[in-house]
Amino acid sequence: MSAPVSENPVLEARKVTMQFGGLKALSEFELDLRPRELVGMIGPNGAGKTTAFNAITGVYAPTSGDVLVSGERVNGQRPYAICKKGIARTFQNIRLFKDLTAIDNVRVACHHRRQAGFTAAFIRSAASLADERSITRRAEEYLAVMGLADRRDELARNLPYGEQRRLEIARALATGPKLLCLDEPAAGMNASEKVSLLELIRKIRDDFGLAILIIEHDMRVVMGVSERLVVLDHGIIISRGTPEKVRKDPKVIEAYLGDAYLAEKHISVPGEGA
Amino acid sequence: MGHLKLVFRSLLPFLLALPVLWAATAVLAHFEMWSFQYILMMAFIDVILAVSLNVVNGFTGQFSLGHAGFMAVGAYTAAKITVAMRGMDVLGLPPGVSDQVVFSAALVAGMLTAAGAGFLVGMPSLRLRGDYLAIVTLGFNEIIRVVIENTPFLGQATGISGLPRRTTLVWVGMGAVATLVMARRLVGSTHGRALLAIREDEVAAEAMGVDTTGYKVRAFVISAAFAGLAGGLLVHLIQLCTPRSFTFVKSIEVVVMVVLGGLGSVTGSVIAAFVLRFGVEALREAQQYRMVLYSMLLIVLMLTRPTGLFGTREIWDLLPRLRRRRAEGGAQ
Amino acid sequence: MTEFLQHLVNGLSVGTIYALIALGYTMVYGVLKLINFAHGDVYMVGAFSGLYLARGLGVDQSPSLFKALLVFVGSMLICAALGVIIERFAYRPLRHQPRLTALITAIGVSFLLEYGFQLPPMVQGGVPFPPGPTPRFFPEPFPRVDFEPFGVHVSNYDIVSLAVAIGLMFALQFVVYRTKFGTAMRAVSFDSGVAGLMGINVNRVISWTFALGSGLAAAAALLVAGSRPTINPLMGLLPGIKAFVAAVFGGIGNVPGAMVGGLVLGLAEEYVAGYALSSYRDGIAFAMLILVLLFRPAGLFGRVRAEKV
Repeated sequence: MSAPVSENPVLEARKVTMQFGGLKALSEFELDLRPRELVGMIGPNGAGKTTAFNAITGVYAPTSGDVLVSGERVNGQRPYAICKKGIARTFQNIRLFKDLTAIDNVRVACHHRRQAGFTAAFIRSAASLADERSITRRAEEYLAVMGLADRRDELARNLPYGEQRRLEIARALATGPKLLCLDEPAAGMNASEKVSLLELIRKIRDDFGLAILIIEHDMRVVMGVSERLVVLDHGIIISRGTPEKVRKDPKVIEAYLGDAYLAEKHISVPGEGA
Repeated sequence: MGHLKLVFRSLLPFLLALPVLWAATAVLAHFEMWSFQYILMMAFIDVILAVSLNVVNGFTGQFSLGHAGFMAVGAYTAAKITVAMRGMDVLGLPPGVSDQVVFSAALVAGMLTAAGAGFLVGMPSLRLRGDYLAIVTLGFNEIIRVVIENTPFLGQATGISGLPRRTTLVWVGMGAVATLVMARRLVGSTHGRALLAIREDEVAAEAMGVDTTGYKVRAFVISAAFAGLAGGLLVHLIQLCTPRSFTFVKSIEVVVMVVLGGLGSVTGSVIAAFVLRFGVEALREAQQYRMVLYSMLLIVLMLTRPTGLFGTREIWDLLPRLRRRRAEGGAQ
Repeated sequence: MTEFLQHLVNGLSVGTIYALIALGYTMVYGVLKLINFAHGDVYMVGAFSGLYLARGLGVDQSPSLFKALLVFVGSMLICAALGVIIERFAYRPLRHQPRLTALITAIGVSFLLEYGFQLPPMVQGGVPFPPGPTPRFFPEPFPRVDFEPFGVHVSNYDIVSLAVAIGLMFALQFVVYRTKFGTAMRAVSFDSGVAGLMGINVNRVISWTFALGSGLAAAAALLVAGSRPTINPLMGLLPGIKAFVAAVFGGIGNVPGAMVGGLVLGLAEEYVAGYALSSYRDGIAFAMLILVLLFRPAGLFGRVRAEKV
């Protein structure tokens, strides 16, 4: 279940820029992720965090710059190909397969590891039957890891919100990624659910040995779980570093609370004049 | 030995169906219920059409309005072959057997060309959104028809006549069984789940490693192939192959069957096909009112129960034992 | 040269008809995101309304400009009402359903009109109602006069038709871009939810959109019916599909686009059928459709809407 640990970065984003017509949603985005790292991406709304996710996972092709997965350039490849290379994600607004059961949701994520082809399914070959067994087994394991084993046959849309979020994570994990991208996994959760989620994220990283990149708004969650942070504002990285360093960075404070706050608190941003 | 067992289980539905169909043919012949047999055969052809369209519209959630076009491709291919080979004895076989061999080959050829047409239509079209895809498939349906009407080799508007009557209850029955087996095995497999995932949320499916375009094309191709089978069977029943049998109205009729039964429900498609076919026959007296009632049915259905008779449910979902077996991937 | 000009005249003639019908498709798609399959059949109802009105007013025996005007306006009003009724009872209840459902309902309405008009008569008369499948003669509102400027065949019907069609298109352009209603209509087409929050009565805007589009379709039908000998219940099928293609070509939802699309299709049909393969005339529209959707699905003036992930 663990990915092989190596020193090569799982993900390298080099000067990735996303331009939509006149709007530069992401500007010269740089990020490296090594195996087993836990990195958080924060920033005000509209800062470009999900755009960065989309550029990394292939939903958008970068206007310029490069995205490399385990050293291989994946620019412009389709999301499904990038998923096979080892990047999985969850979505800001939950995108489960609503009319499918929990186990079917996870089974879809196991699909790309199948052995038997399309036509083999019709003749019920030994290979296709073996595929079914192994896919089901794998899906059950991942449901159990996320504590959803007893929800196996429930339709995804009937699950309570917190379980839906966990199911989305189980599904992403089942693709067998090297890097898991979580887009606001704690959104809509209450305080105790968030605490459980934090522990779960750490546990996933430890048990599966993968790198995790997490977008979050809740400062306690992201500061509590991240080893380092990247701060985006208006598509530009304005700060990086450990949580302690970033939370004190005036540029970050300004981005979230505005320059009036800075003036009131007599904090100056270095390099911009007081 | 395990291998042989697998092959046997794979062919089981066909081995069971064949004697049943033979017996049914004998019974109907004994009671000389020719018109009932004819309607039954048409109903089975409708089943093939509805279930095959359901693969695209129901399982994959795409909106194809051009099913009759693929029927036409399969029908004309099969017709050309049987007409060309008429009277010839293949491989020195006795006439009865030779005819069946030619017919089988014709049907298979029809399925292959229809599949090819499905590929040609599907490849460029499947990146289009919902209603646009509907219009493009409709457009292709009409283009196929216009091309046929302008091609002397295909008999133009008058079509090809003098087709031998090869379609029997056994043939259409086996065709329907093949279609049902295809659908059932598809939906119970990981490939079928990939199609359902595309229907549910294409972006998420793609993010989870499903080649959505590739799978949409596959669904299209498989669906077109079986439409071609239905086309081949149909023209060898009515012994005539004209473009008028394959207009956009025919495509709509198949869509109605699928929607009435429930998009995504194979059971629903089967039942709807029978209900509509026998219903149409019952209204034979009121022929002129048939289409008006049909259209009112459509409107009322959409306003009151758009999910159709069965929604996405299947009869096998009602049997918990079978359901558990399905969940385990049909093993043991 | 005369051939070229002849095709030009014919192409513009038929193109303006396509444009008038296409406007109905494009406006409805703009506000409802629905392809109104029944629109071509509303066109057909326009022609028959004209027929019944004309017979009622005795246009056959004593044609006059005044009566022609009455027939024209009367049919437009009847079709406008029909459009509003269809929207109210068949489409509005499905406003929040997946679009597939409304599309199928639209197909149902289309069939209902087509086959309903082909039923055996229930109300007797010179022309019974329903009229049945046999084609009916449409009375000439004014005597036909042919001219031949530069060797090109033009009739007074062509000139009137062109003038009326262009006039109506200018009028619509004015309504859509210079009136409060037009702004409301465009607002609803961008985002009906927000438009509603801004105080626009979305239902009323949609009803009026249907009324406008259907009225224009009726006008198109009358312009055609006046110069063609017969009308029949299936006359809306082909022009409907072609006008739809024209709307998609111009960018469905875009009003000037529909006008341009109609003219382009009309001219394309004339020139391709005239110089090349005349039996493929009807296929040209479909070929154009496929080409547009494959290479520029948003159409000439359409906006590409990206989905937010």
